[in-house]
Amino acid sequence: MISFIIRRLGIMALTMLCLTLVVFFLVNLEPNLRKLSISQTNMRATDAQIESWLVRNGYRDNFFVRYGQWLGVMQKQPIIDPETGEATPRFRFCDEPAEPHFSGVIQGDFGCSTRFKVPVAERLVPALQATGWLMFYVMLVMVPGALLVGIFAGMREGSRTDRSLSVASIASTATPEYVSGVIFTVIFASWLGILNGSAATATREGITFTNFTLPVMTMAIYGMGYIARMTRASMAEVMTAQYIRTARLKGLTFSSVVIKHALRNALIAPFTVIMLQFPWLLTGVVIVEAMFRYQGFGFTLVEAASNNDIDLLLACALVSVVVVLVTQLLSDVGYAFLNPRIRVS
Amino acid sequence: METLSTFEIVVQIIWRFWPVWAAMIIVGTLSYMYRDRLGLYGQLYDGGVGIAGLAFIGFWLFSALFAPIIAPFDPIGVVPILKNAVPGTIDPESGHAFLLGGDKLARDVFSRMVFGSQIVLIIAPAATAFALMVGITLGLPAGYYGGRVDNVLSFIANLVLAFPVILLFYLLVTPGITETPIPYTLAGLFFIFPVIFFVTLFYTRYQARPQFMWPAIAVTVVLGTWVWISLVSNDFIVQALRNNGLGFVGAFFDLPIFKIISIEPGQLNIFVAVVFASSPGVFRITRGLVMDIKTRDYVAAAQTRGESPWYIMLWEVLPNARGPLIVDACLRIGYTTILLGTLGYFGLGMPPESPDWGTAIKDGSQLLRLYVWPALVPAVALMSFVLGLNLLADALREESLKD
Repeated sequence: MISFIIRRLGIMALTMLCLTLVVFFLVNLEPNLRKLSISQTNMRATDAQIESWLVRNGYRDNFFVRYGQWLGVMQKQPIIDPETGEATPRFRFCDEPAEPHFSGVIQGDFGCSTRFKVPVAERLVPALQATGWLMFYVMLVMVPGALLVGIFAGMREGSRTDRSLSVASIASTATPEYVSGVIFTVIFASWLGILNGSAATATREGITFTNFTLPVMTMAIYGMGYIARMTRASMAEVMTAQYIRTARLKGLTFSSVVIKHALRNALIAPFTVIMLQFPWLLTGVVIVEAMFRYQGFGFTLVEAASNNDIDLLLACALVSVVVVLVTQLLSDVGYAFLNPRIRVS
Repeated sequence: METLSTFEIVVQIIWRFWPVWAAMIIVGTLSYMYRDRLGLYGQLYDGGVGIAGLAFIGFWLFSALFAPIIAPFDPIGVVPILKNAVPGTIDPESGHAFLLGGDKLARDVFSRMVFGSQIVLIIAPAATAFALMVGITLGLPAGYYGGRVDNVLSFIANLVLAFPVILLFYLLVTPGITETPIPYTLAGLFFIFPVIFFVTLFYTRYQARPQFMWPAIAVTVVLGTWVWISLVSNDFIVQALRNNGLGFVGAFFDLPIFKIISIEPGQLNIFVAVVFASSPGVFRITRGLVMDIKTRDYVAAAQTRGESPWYIMLWEVLPNARGPLIVDACLRIGYTTILLGTLGYFGLGMPPESPDWGTAIKDGSQLLRLYVWPALVPAVALMSFVLGLNLLADALREESLKD
């Protein structure tokens, strides 16, 4: 088990290295650098001005040197102003020591956001907290709801309940966030007027039922159908097993067979699916936060990407890749714990 | 301004769709009559779920085909007085009504919905087909050989899968990227897979009969190269080749024969991003299926006969993996539609006036509290199309479980 986890961690580190290198390459493409330079100097900058800005701030250094500096395995060099001979920071809103130093992701320095004009960590931490709350409520609604639907549908395969619940699950997987968001806003905010069509107030005044229900509902509905269908398949399979028949023949009631014998085995497979929903939720978070104007991780990612804020975008990419890889690891390890038939070698 | 009543709107919408109803009735009746002879497609007519799925898909398929007949207005045409008009407002000049209202730029929501289906129904199935080709061509050897081939390919697939889709899109579909060679390189890479696939297919099958094999391979290569160059070449590539001392290749790419079919750089970019995002999924499914099927007796029999590995993969394993792959392809077209909608919703890749459903939802949702229809109509359209595909996939899965 231990060696399995160590090997997985090694592959994870390699994956992270490869992915950040790819992202680093893509955000440093020529058109993106020009866009950044124009937004940081002025709209009517000449080619020479753009070029000199890029050279001055070190964007023209060797690609691998810069990646190493971002990672924290190469020293960051201070920028010496040729006129005064003094070291000046790259961006006036972030401090920088005047001597060469190691300061990259490994040292915990994520760099400087050019869009929000603050260090990346200062922007990213509150955003992640905000998204954490959103995710928490989504999971709170989605997981029990989906499991209940799946269990009721799979309990008696082929019954009328099963068929109607299955069609409902199929419909929910056909409703991406930007569709359900529009439909729910129209029904609950425009027509009935009981909920807020925007979660912007949640950032300032705290989460309430009226401003947070719509985003949570919108996100939960898309993932729910998928988990419910997996639970149903697993439940239906368990219900045909020999030991369930034995329990029924022993004279136990249907409800006690379902609760005591079937559920425990039927919930192993959905566990994996639920864990693997986290990466899926990341995309949902971006759409929902943009739609309901909630200032969390997704909102930050969109802002970073559309303004080519290199350091912030790299940090966002790192966070999402870590989320994906950690949930994959947890789902594998958890599955091995839950299912005694699986032995990891 | 005159407006129609709700009843008149419903009647007129139903009337507007008459070519669709006619086509659906003809195709549906014929298919239902001969369903015993139509194989898997015919079996779908046995259950309610299958018929419902086919109905939704048929509706949008024929809407896309007959869009110019159905839509009363130009999808990007503007009638200034009908800005944000309520559903059923009559345009005094042409006498036609804005059946589902006007959007914030005074365009007909109904016509945009109908024309939007064309974009979705071209890109989503085509991108899925390419993703299937890439995924299958790489998944077969990974599952069959295992070992190092499998390790390397699986690592790459997991790498792509670990990318959150939305981040991938923001990085790959930014406007600036069409000025770099990246989308064209990726497109060149993906578009070569169908050629490899079909050449191998014919080569392994007709090796004993060269009189069949060589013409088949020649046709595939010529046709494949023609389509490949047509899709990949554009002014940017020709210029880049000239600058790098490959002027003769550039001149060859510039020949008029390669201008018959072409694709906009923006759309090529979307296409590449969608194929890139969904082929690792196909790869994983194919790999799993092959690992299961290769333990069967008929594969062992073929191995004993001394068949080549690629013959076994393409002609013994692949036909037996078709059931789950068809179901997956069905779901994947739906998923691709959702991805296209996401791209449109974030304004990536598509031109801003494009009538596709994602862009329309984005435009409409800005004024959602005041005017409901510009966003609601494309949202319902997208949902119904994906629902149809999901229902069809479910019916197909049920059918394949019966055997």
